Order: sequence, then C-alpha cells, then structure tokens
Amino acid sequence: MTTRLLVIGASSAIALATARRYATRHARLYLVARRADALESAAADLRVRGAEEVDTAVLDVVDTREHARVIETAWSAWGGFDAVLVAHGTLPDQAACERDVDAALEAFDVNGRSFVALLTDLANRFEAQGQGVIAVISSVAADRGRASNYVYGAAKAAVSAFCAGLRHRLASRGVRVITIEPGFVDTPMTASIDKGGPLWATPERVARDIERAIDRGFGLVYTPWFWRWIMLVIRSVPERIFVRTKL
Amino acid sequence: MVGRAVESWGRRSREVHDVVALSERGRCLETLQRCMHPALAYGNGRSYGDACLNPGGTLIAMRGLDRFIDFDVEQGVIECEAGVRLDEILAVTLPHGWFLPVLPGTQYVTVGGAIANDVHGKNHHSAGTFSCHLESLDLVRSDGRSIRCGPAVEPDWFAATAGGLGLTGIVTRARIRLMRVPGPWIATRTTRFASLDEFFAIAAREAGTRYTVAWVDCTGEAVRGVFFSGEHAQETRPAPSQRRRRVPFTPPVSLINRVSLRLFNALYGSMPREHEGIAHYRQYFFPLDGIEHWNRIYGPRGFFQYQCVVPVAEQEPATATLLRAIRESGTGSFLTVLKTFGARASPGLLSFPMAGTTLAMDFPDLGEKTQALFASLDDIVEAHGGRLYPAKDARMTPSMFARGYPRLADFLPCRDPAISSAMSRRLMGS
Repeated sequence: MTTRLLVIGASSAIALATARRYATRHARLYLVARRADALESAAADLRVRGAEEVDTAVLDVVDTREHARVIETAWSAWGGFDAVLVAHGTLPDQAACERDVDAALEAFDVNGRSFVALLTDLANRFEAQGQGVIAVISSVAADRGRASNYVYGAAKAAVSAFCAGLRHRLASRGVRVITIEPGFVDTPMTASIDKGGPLWATPERVARDIERAIDRGFGLVYTPWFWRWIMLVIRSVPERIFVRTKL
Repeated sequence: MVGRAVESWGRRSREVHDVVALSERGRCLETLQRCMHPALAYGNGRSYGDACLNPGGTLIAMRGLDRFIDFDVEQGVIECEAGVRLDEILAVTLPHGWFLPVLPGTQYVTVGGAIANDVHGKNHHSAGTFSCHLESLDLVRSDGRSIRCGPAVEPDWFAATAGGLGLTGIVTRARIRLMRVPGPWIATRTTRFASLDEFFAIAAREAGTRYTVAWVDCTGEAVRGVFFSGEHAQETRPAPSQRRRRVPFTPPVSLINRVSLRLFNALYGSMPREHEGIAHYRQYFFPLDGIEHWNRIYGPRGFFQYQCVVPVAEQEPATATLLRAIRESGTGSFLTVLKTFGARASPGLLSFPMAGTTLAMDFPDLGEKTQALFASLDDIVEAHGGRLYPAKDARMTPSMFARGYPRLADFLPCRDPAISSAMSRRLMGS
C-alpha cells in the first residue's frame, strides 16, 4: 500500500528534503506550492528519485479563499491522503515588521493565519477518513517570544497551540497530529543569517526526523533532538532576567 | 551573501570568501551578474589545491542545484543539475542497472566539479574521462549568453568547458550517458609486485581489464606494490552497511611520518602474491570515503597532492626516476598511486590525462624539503614531456602549466571575464 503524501509549501527546502525521502520509498506525492516552475522542477526530481506518482497544484496560501478548491482537487485525485505535511512559510524581516503594521500582518498571515485555514479544512477531512497523520512545521521560535523574531514567533506559537488542540480533538478519531519544531536550519529561508556552529542542521537531517515522526512519532517533536532541552531552559528563565538578555 | 572561511581538500588555507548560495538554475545569470566579482562556482570543495578557491571574491555555492531533471531508464541517460553529487546519481541509477562510466577517487564530487576538472578513474584506459560520456551541458555566462554545448553542438564551448576549471562560465545542468552493469559488485584481482618492470608487465597483461590501479611503496630500494584489477560482477549478496567513521578533530601534528609510512606499506607488501575476491563498488572505488574528514590526519598545516602524467614513450624511465627522487627525499607519501592511462582522447582543451603513466601522491607539508622535492619532480616530469593535474595542484608555476597544456592559447579566449579563481590568477595571470 503506497503512501499518499500531500505536501503544502513543497518548494521549501525542508519539504523537498522530506519529499525526497518519501520518493525513495516510492510514495505518491501531491505537491502544493506558490510557483508553477518550482513545482515542475521538484516533480521531475522526485520522479527520478523513485516516486511512484507525482501531481502538483499551485496555491498561494495567503489567499484563503482558494484553499477549498485546491484541497478538494487534491483529495479527489487519489481518494484522500495517508499523511499531509504543512511546510510553507517565510522568515519576515523583524525590523520591517516593527516599523510597518502591514508588514507585521502579512508575516502573521503567511506564518499563522494560513495554517489555521488549511488545518481547519484538513482536520475535517482526516477525521472523516478516520486515519492518517497531519504533520505541521512550526518552529522553536514558538516557545518564547524574543525581541529578535517575535512576529514570526507569535505566528508559530499560534500554529503550535492550534496543533496541540487538534491533536487533542483527533486523538480518539484515529488521526495523529504532529507538531514539528525545528531549530536553526540551513536553507534559502535563513540565507540572511550568519550560519555555522553545531546548532545548525541541514534540511536532510530535519527531513529524517520528520519522516520518523510521521511514521511513528507523537506530539511535539523538536528537530534536532537537543532543541527540546535548549527550549526547556529558555522557557524557564524568569521574565525579569530574560528581558535583560540579548537572546 | 555571507562571509565564510573556506578551505579546499588540502586544507592549506582558510580564507574568508563571500559565499552566495544558488538554489534555482533560473537564477544563475542574475546571481552571477549581481555578485561581487570575481566570482567562481563551488561544488563540494574536493579539489586539493586552489582550483575551487577565490579569496577576495565570491563563491557561488552550487549544492542548491541538486535536482534530477530526467532519467531515461531504457537508454541509460540521466540529466541533472550541476550541483548533484556523483554518489546521489549512483543511488538513483544503480537499482536500475546503470553505473557512471567514469568515477574519480571519491564519489563526493558534484557533476559541475567532475566536468570542471574532467575527472578520470581507474578505467581511463578503456573509458577516457568524464567528459567523454557527456551528451551536453548548459553553460551560463556573465554576458547573458546561455549555451547548450556538447560534442555535436557548440563543440568549441564544450571543449573549453570540459576540464576548464569553471572558468568559462557556470555549468547549470548536464546530460550523462551511463553504463550498463549487472550490479554493485566488483570482481577483484590483487597482484603483488616487487619491481617497476613487474608493474608494467602486469599493466600490459591487464590492459583489457576494465579497472586497474596500483598502490606503491616507494620508501624501499625496490619498487614494491599491489596491483588491483576489477570487473563488474554478477553477484547477489546484501550490500555492506554504510558505516562511516570520522576523524573528529585535527591532530596538532601530522600523523604521517616516515615510520608510520614504512609500517603501512610494509604491511601491504606482506599480502599473498595474488588474490581474487569480490568487493562492493563503494569499498573498491572509494576506500577513503568511509572515513569522513580523512584529510585532517595531515595535521593543521594540511597537505599537498602531487599528480603527474608522463607520456607512454618515456613512461618506464620517467616513472623510475620519479620514484627514486621521492625515495631519496625521505618524505614518502601515505597514498602513492600508480596507473597507466590509455589513448582515448578527451574533448577537453585542458584535460589532464594522456596515454602514459600517472603517479599521484600525498605529502605532508614539511616546508622547504617538500618544496625542493616538488621542484625536482617538476623537472623530471617536464624533461619527459609530462604535466601536472590542476585539480590536485597548489604550487606549479605558470610556465610549467603553459608548457604542459599546449592548448591553453585556444582556451583563454573562452574564459568568462567575470570569473576567476585563486588558481587562474596563479597560473594564467588573472
């Protein structure tokens, strides 16, 4: 029984790395992303790597009115999905978001509101199926608002809380909801950040953890594993002390 | 764009480069035109010397172009972006019975890197170089031209780019003809030899065997070594696990010294005279790939690779003289490889192999002693009409390069003015 995987935000580096792992397993992959050209190159790549079938659809997740049509088309293609990976997002310019209300709201739309819209629809479909895995990429930034990226962090906090609620709701319905919180990942999205050092992970490493989580994981999954402990410490620092740090 | 310290495989320098990551081939021209010049495409950094370095300029990191485009499973032709690594190709093609016709000593090079250095493998005498098996490649130049070239289409651009050290433009994709194999196993024959004459006799006897290479101990009076030949084998057994060991840190001094070399090579010499076996292709082709960061055992000063070729007419006296010079210097190398090259011509203007014998060695950096040895080796190579391999070189002179590569004058007009490397500045003046 080949796995049917729906990937939203399929041109993101982490999504692509995960899709490649599933291609090696000869899964059937339905890719949704904003740009048709990126979708085409991804589809060609995944077919060569062994995907049994690859289908694509264009969607700008910010346009929530388009969600229903695209998801309905995807659902009818193969009669449902065994798993969905929601992986889209952009890293906003925190300074720009501080200066400009529209920039802040836009960042919140892409990284938060769009997830609420997609997951509401997908949760109902998975519940009707009575089986499957909903895997959602949030971020360690969700765990505590910090001066350096709280607009992104707030949106991701919304995503993580929403997923926790979904997890609770669907637990008795045969559907597993996994929240993936990666730390620093070396991708085009983080191109502007100075990288290097042991905290930085490759998309391939994160993809391996995501695949394992989809196969047999539960709950909130930090990737790589050590972020669970780093964020535990970060969350525990009292506010009076935290506000004096440069974190 | 981020400033990052970059080193090549020889670890001889660690200078800051501006690194720009390219993730879409459609953005290649824009990236090339927009970045600080001079620029240079960078694959996986396995060149030993300065062919992949550009301190003071921009490195365009090509690993983001790691997509496959098409794989014709019937005809055995694969098309992919230039940042795809050779091991990634094998992972996709081998299950369908297809292999890369030319593989260098490591599988961790990108397609772009394999083209830029026109790499060769243990089967040069039968298969030639990497570019002999390319149907086409796409070259992006800073003036906006995007050229699809191959042996039959725009052959002049193809000839300049194969072995062109990345200096003619940025290669974004390539179409490679694969070779049919029954599986991942290699039937091997290992023959011990105790003199150079014996080596050449075995090489002549094995001229029809697909893969041949020898490891040589040049620390003793007589040239002793082991000759490996291989053919693809029909075997069904489970593949060995890909367990990788790492050299986790750089030891403060080189672990390679006279004593350890003698011990290693002497151990080697005590094997049975002739031995047949079966090896998995990863063990046979890439024995060092299983040890991540093996280049660290040479210590913080890094090491040099010296690879030369001497033409067939003079190969026996030339090789004897080279080995004698190395022995007398007392700085013998850990990995001394000897191989005969065949007459199959490469399309590349600056392609390294020629019919004859190639010798490849690593040397720890012992300062003056090492430089003096190289100078005398250079003299021997030149006296016999040979040349050095740019992919390994960190120190040859511009005049030796020009004399070794008579088609350099045809190559120079094909250079992209926005692209240069530490090597091109050293060897070609810009």
